[in-house]
Amino acid sequence: MDYRGVWILAEQSSGRVQRISYELLTRGRELAEKRNTELTAVIFGHEINQDDLQELIERGADLVLAMEAPILKHFLPEPYAACLFHLIGGYKPEIVIAGATSTGRTLMPYVAIRANAGLTADCTVLDIEEETGNLLQTRPAIGGNIMATIKTPKHRPQMATVRPRSTKPAPRQPGRKGQIIRLPAPDELLGSRVKRVGFVPNPDVHGLAEADVIVAVGRGIKKKENIPLIHKLVDALDAALGATRDVVDRGWLSYPHQIGLSGKTVTPKLYIGVGVSGSIQHLAGMQTSEIIVAINIDPESQIFRVANLSIVGNLFEIVPVLTEKLLQIRSEKRMSET
Amino acid sequence: MRIIVPIKQVPETNAVKMDEVTGTMIREGVEAIINPLDLYAIEIAIRLRESYGGEVIAISMGPAKAMMALREAIAMGIDQAVLISDKSLAGSDTWATSYALAAAIKRLTNSPDDPGRNSLGLADWGGGFDLILCGERATDGDTGQVGPGIASFLNLPIGTYIGKIEQIGNGICRVHRLIEDGYEILELHLPALLTVVKEIANPRLPTLRGKQKAKKVQIPIWGPDQLQVQANQVGLQGSPTRVVKIFRPKVARQGQKVLATDERTISEAADHLVKFLQQKDML
Ligand SMILES: Cc1cc2nc3c(=O)[nH]c(=O)nc-3n(C[C@H](O)[C@H](O)[C@H](O)COP(=O)(O)OP(=O)(O)OC[C@H]3O[C@@H](n4cnc5c(N)ncnc54)[C@H](O)[C@@H]3O)c2cc1C
Ligand SMILES: Nc1ncnc2c1ncn2[C@@H]1O[C@H](COP(=O)(O)O)[C@@H](O)[C@H]1O
Repeated sequence: MDYRGVWILAEQSSGRVQRISYELLTRGRELAEKRNTELTAVIFGHEINQDDLQELIERGADLVLAMEAPILKHFLPEPYAACLFHLIGGYKPEIVIAGATSTGRTLMPYVAIRANAGLTADCTVLDIEEETGNLLQTRPAIGGNIMATIKTPKHRPQMATVRPRSTKPAPRQPGRKGQIIRLPAPDELLGSRVKRVGFVPNPDVHGLAEADVIVAVGRGIKKKENIPLIHKLVDALDAALGATRDVVDRGWLSYPHQIGLSGKTVTPKLYIGVGVSGSIQHLAGMQTSEIIVAINIDPESQIFRVANLSIVGNLFEIVPVLTEKLLQIRSEKRMSET
Repeated sequence: MRIIVPIKQVPETNAVKMDEVTGTMIREGVEAIINPLDLYAIEIAIRLRESYGGEVIAISMGPAKAMMALREAIAMGIDQAVLISDKSLAGSDTWATSYALAAAIKRLTNSPDDPGRNSLGLADWGGGFDLILCGERATDGDTGQVGPGIASFLNLPIGTYIGKIEQIGNGICRVHRLIEDGYEILELHLPALLTVVKEIANPRLPTLRGKQKAKKVQIPIWGPDQLQVQANQVGLQGSPTRVVKIFRPKVARQGQKVLATDERTISEAADHLVKFLQQKDML
């Protein structure tokens, strides 16, 4: 097979490269070394920041292919898919990985069908099978209750999406050399039957899926009026706020906060569940977190089974004390830094 | 409005218990249900029909017992259904599943004088369709790839993670797409495929009348012949991916448990947590 090279799909927002791109470079670098081949970062956008493209090189890309046109400013499935498919056809990479983001999880399956390629969703581990060069793609399934390793023996490219935050961003090595190619996108690829006519930001839940620290609140909070108590803890930890379905269904927080089977899947470094029972559907969305802390009054609650630290007690008594201590430490830290 | 809703039958996780020793799910004797995330697609499809008139067809690919899922959808208010079932389709990955479902949709919306189609006893859909509504993902495979896959095969515009359908008219559908940092407002040309999230509508329960209809209704079963697909493009043979290993993740964490029930122990517990976070370099 004359397919060569490892590709990552970098993402930009307002012309600035997003963190997920650097996480993908960590993955891509490992794979490229094992395959003894080049690592390419592909990016679509409009007026993409030149320093950021350089940073892709400094963080591990050997080649950057930036395809630009006004319509590529924001993700739109058809032109993005047409451009990616066009590039794949021209360069024939053996591996293409993207983030399991709203963009990656839409674009990759659309393209994989056209490219007649296998695609594995939401991988947490990627490796190479040495004898064959096949990509070994490991991912949680059935709500994180099993792990499956998948390969694509006969089709190229091999495509996968990778869960955000499942690896560290590649470190910057100033002076690292590589090539940046800025390509104008050919007009015939830019048709779109989908138009983006507006955007309503939701600063409240910004980056729940990408947060390092998440505080999730469950029905133990008792009523909507008590939510500000959790907000204080969230602020003290510089965290994002998550919720169980019960909390969302009761209208105490909006749906974008929901973690679990019918909400978001998150993999923060630290998850703190407050008044969360740990139903199997909620666990499905958070049990792959690196560290889990739970505060619950019921010593038998399910969540304690997956927790690294279980605090048995009344959240209304514990959370204010904890918040206070955290704020104190942060202000001490700030003092010592200045 | 002519709407197609692909639904999947999955094992019910709600009833599942955790194995205390291994920390994994006990799946024995677990019932099969409609993928819970497909209920939102079913609900919004029924609501659109209620507002705009027309017809909704559910399709499902799976073993014979997936018929149950289709009957349940009809009990909720879906008009008709088709089951795609044949042993040659077993083992399909998302590529092959999308291919088979796309083929079924083509067949459904073929010209009305297609003799094969007429014999299926489905209403005349020769003029095509307006919308395909999928769930965001299935709770077993958990890929969310089949919706975009179908759209790709049928060369349709697609909107994923749709939380609201604001307006439909003049061949255009205006929707809200839930992404990481907010909602995109999109306008799609119809026909289009949408994958929807929970926020879009609260699913209704089946009605008694619906249940009676569901018992009686004829649901055709299509195989490769009706789909007119090539055998080497479906099932395991048509699937680019291979599952080579399945294992249980280590969820067993070396958990510490502390009691925090009075002023002293609460303060200690808070200190404990702080120290724990400092050790892990998280503060
Ligand atoms: C198809 C389907 C999909 C679902 N999807 C999701 C999903 O995506 N996300 C999700 O979260 N759920 C989901 N669920 C719902 C899930 O089954 C549970 O109902 C839900 O997770 C429970 O939420 P909870 O922990 O907030 O509430 P509860 O189970 O009621 O737990 C509240 C907890 O708070 C504790 N508590 C009470 N008072 C205090 C106090 N003063 N101090 C400390 N602790 C206290 C209690 O001991 C209890 O453990 C789904 C269910 C189904 C059937
Ligand atoms: N076997 C199937 N039959 C019908 N629809 C399916 C099937 N598999 C997936 N779908 C549809 O595609 C969506 C995404 O499924 P998945 O890609 O498996 O996570 C589901 O919510 C269904 O709407």
